[in-house]
Amino acid sequence: MKRWIPLIVFAVLVGFFAKGLFLNPREVPSPFIGKPAPAFKLPVVGVADKSFSPDDMKGKVWLLNVWAPWCVSCRQEHGVLMALSQSQKVPIVGLNWKDKEREAEQLLAEHGSPYFAVPDDRSGKTGIDYGVTGTPETYVIDQTGIIRMKHVGPISPDVWKEKFEPKLKELGA
Amino acid sequence: MIPELGHFALIVALLLALTQAVLPLVGAQRGNLTLMAVARPAAQGQFVFVALAFACLAYSFLTNDFSVDNVARNSFSQLPEVYRITATWGSHEGSMLLWVLMLAFWTTAVSVFSRHLPDDMVARVIGVMGLISIGFIAFLLTTSNPFERLLPAAPDGRDMNPLLQDWGMIIHPPMLYMGYVGFAVAFAFAIAALISGRLDAAWARWSRPWTTVAWAFLTLGIVLGAWWAYRELGWGGWWFWDPTENASFMPWIAGTALIHSLAVTEKRGAFKAWTVLLALTAFSLSLLGTFLVRSGVLSSVHAFATDPARGAFILGFLAVAIGGSLVLFAWRAPRMLTGGAFNWFSREAMLLANNVILLAALGSVLLGTLYPLLMDALGMGKISVGPPYFNAVFVPLMAPALFLMGIGPLTRWKDASLPDMVGRLKWALAIAVATGFLLPLTMKGFNPWATLGFFLSVWIVLSVLIGFRERLKNSGRLGNLPRAFWGMQLAHLGLAWGIAGITLVANYQQERDVRMNVGDHTELAGYTFTFKGTSEHPGPNYRAARGTVDVSKGGKLLFTLHPEKRIYNASGMPMTEAAIHPDFFRDVYVALGEPLDEQATTWAVRVFHKPFINWLWLGALLMVIGGFLAASDRRYRIAVKSVVPAGAAAQGA
Repeated sequence: MKRWIPLIVFAVLVGFFAKGLFLNPREVPSPFIGKPAPAFKLPVVGVADKSFSPDDMKGKVWLLNVWAPWCVSCRQEHGVLMALSQSQKVPIVGLNWKDKEREAEQLLAEHGSPYFAVPDDRSGKTGIDYGVTGTPETYVIDQTGIIRMKHVGPISPDVWKEKFEPKLKELGA
Repeated sequence: MIPELGHFALIVALLLALTQAVLPLVGAQRGNLTLMAVARPAAQGQFVFVALAFACLAYSFLTNDFSVDNVARNSFSQLPEVYRITATWGSHEGSMLLWVLMLAFWTTAVSVFSRHLPDDMVARVIGVMGLISIGFIAFLLTTSNPFERLLPAAPDGRDMNPLLQDWGMIIHPPMLYMGYVGFAVAFAFAIAALISGRLDAAWARWSRPWTTVAWAFLTLGIVLGAWWAYRELGWGGWWFWDPTENASFMPWIAGTALIHSLAVTEKRGAFKAWTVLLALTAFSLSLLGTFLVRSGVLSSVHAFATDPARGAFILGFLAVAIGGSLVLFAWRAPRMLTGGAFNWFSREAMLLANNVILLAALGSVLLGTLYPLLMDALGMGKISVGPPYFNAVFVPLMAPALFLMGIGPLTRWKDASLPDMVGRLKWALAIAVATGFLLPLTMKGFNPWATLGFFLSVWIVLSVLIGFRERLKNSGRLGNLPRAFWGMQLAHLGLAWGIAGITLVANYQQERDVRMNVGDHTELAGYTFTFKGTSEHPGPNYRAARGTVDVSKGGKLLFTLHPEKRIYNASGMPMTEAAIHPDFFRDVYVALGEPLDEQATTWAVRVFHKPFINWLWLGALLMVIGGFLAASDRRYRIAVKSVVPAGAAAQGA
């Protein structure tokens, strides 16, 4: 029996892989699209006594970028976001997700912040309300507070051009 | 025309691979020498045609033939020539073609350096490698044709990923693939041995040098990758436990275990089933790594094209190749007799412990890498596993293996005496413990991780020195020691050196992120950095803001660094090009962050002081040298004559 163990382990793995092939880690069909963005009220990193709520953005098309200081892909994305924020096309709100070590403020002070505001979701609860599966993820939210699109993974210039620009144009941003 | 020629060459290569696989395997089974003799010329012919296909693709890149889809997607008219060549393997299709080329190269190497092996063994080994070639060439031709035309042709290319435009990337993929694919040889030897039922010391001796060479290449490839990440990502880190990195690290761990297990099988005839299983595992993990990276089942910072058809093909191939070999293993395992008995304290026991620990470490990396996929497949949500998990699990697992590394090579085979060992090593242990505790006190105070790191590296170095001293008592001169001994000791020394480097850089590096205007200073580790501003600096296919940072110590200017922030023309992708002043004892590393004002006179600047980071690269290089040295030991070349009859005798048994 012992000699069959490697084969059995491998067969189980293959089963998972086969299933995994039909799951795209980047493209999560979000049940939230077309629904109002879940409400929250969180303190803002770096600004004492200030809090942020999606209601503050009513009337604007904006991006909710879920990131974390410990996330490598977010760092990769950071440069692209910086360029976007300088062109001031659309405000980006950076939901600081599960930053248990409280590194965000220092990191943004040092590397520059592409964000309009950085709500601090230390417990990760708000992220869960939004169905966040991993960082970075970016939601496009329209003037009336409805989630219009979700992108999983870092934003590259290509992704921006192919995915975000058409959507933002459609929403009249 | 040239791309069509390449496509045609690839089809011919597939036909030759079919010949190379089927005829020799059938011949070996029937004892037909004529069929077996097809193996060598078919393998060499396949290599020629794959190389021709590769050359055609490289030519298309070099001449900017944007009517080839692959070239249009991954190259650019302004791309410098050297990167046009490396762009050949920068894409998915190109890198798979490189995979196939490496496999054909290894097969040809086996066909040339196997004159001393029995004909049926050679036929089976080359035949099994042919089966793998069939799978991968068919994969290329059906799902990833690198020669696909684009009509009408693109006016210009979309450029190679700027991250890959670095000279570390010129040699990193070929070296990595040499290692990855090199385990195919050990795999083929294991399968051939399972088919023939001839699992003996001779088999272990034949596979050993191939495994060691593949391991050395893989080590080099992984380290070049880490070195590239260190310089190119601009964040000063060198290992991120990213799925792509893990995909290359897992075969490395299995390969390391295999090298050690092969030693026991060759010397003592023990661990046969285990060794065979490891040989299958090492290559299976190479295949698995290819699947993980190429199919896109895991998201990774290295974003490669994802296509379910490709993933399905590789998974099917994986199931057949690995599943088939494991069935063969389970079927043949009862035939494998266990070798000589050994005591709980002996070289065998030490190596067994090494294997168990390495496999546990491998399991932890595999679990961490696949966990997001497993959870997702079970519908338990999508999560990601990060460096904290790996650091918390991997480091404590490896520490005992490194401790045993100091004892193992000094232990006698079969039965050793513990009191004797304590006597030989007590001073080494005392010095290592003292260094571990005292050295951190001279720096920043007690630090358990630094203590562990220093203890282990000093412990290993001393044990290597003791090993040399004891061997010299017997053989007199350093030159008389066999290369296998030198190789092992250098590799162990290299690992100790690398651990010292990792310990120092991980615990004592200093970094500072500062906002700097022209003329601003900042201090770090005794150095003064003066920001002199940036200037426009056009590159061949990018525009750069090039910073000038003067580094001085005690008022004396030491050197000037020029970190760059580049925007690549074709993709618009921003890239950080760090400027590094290397030294034996430290790196001074400066990277430009973002401009913080409109006129770009104020910048976010990152400065790092990385003590002893180069020891990490040098230590790894020593491991590679050790590997090549061990593989070139004369007993693999000379003893073969006497091995052949031994193999034949075993066949009769």
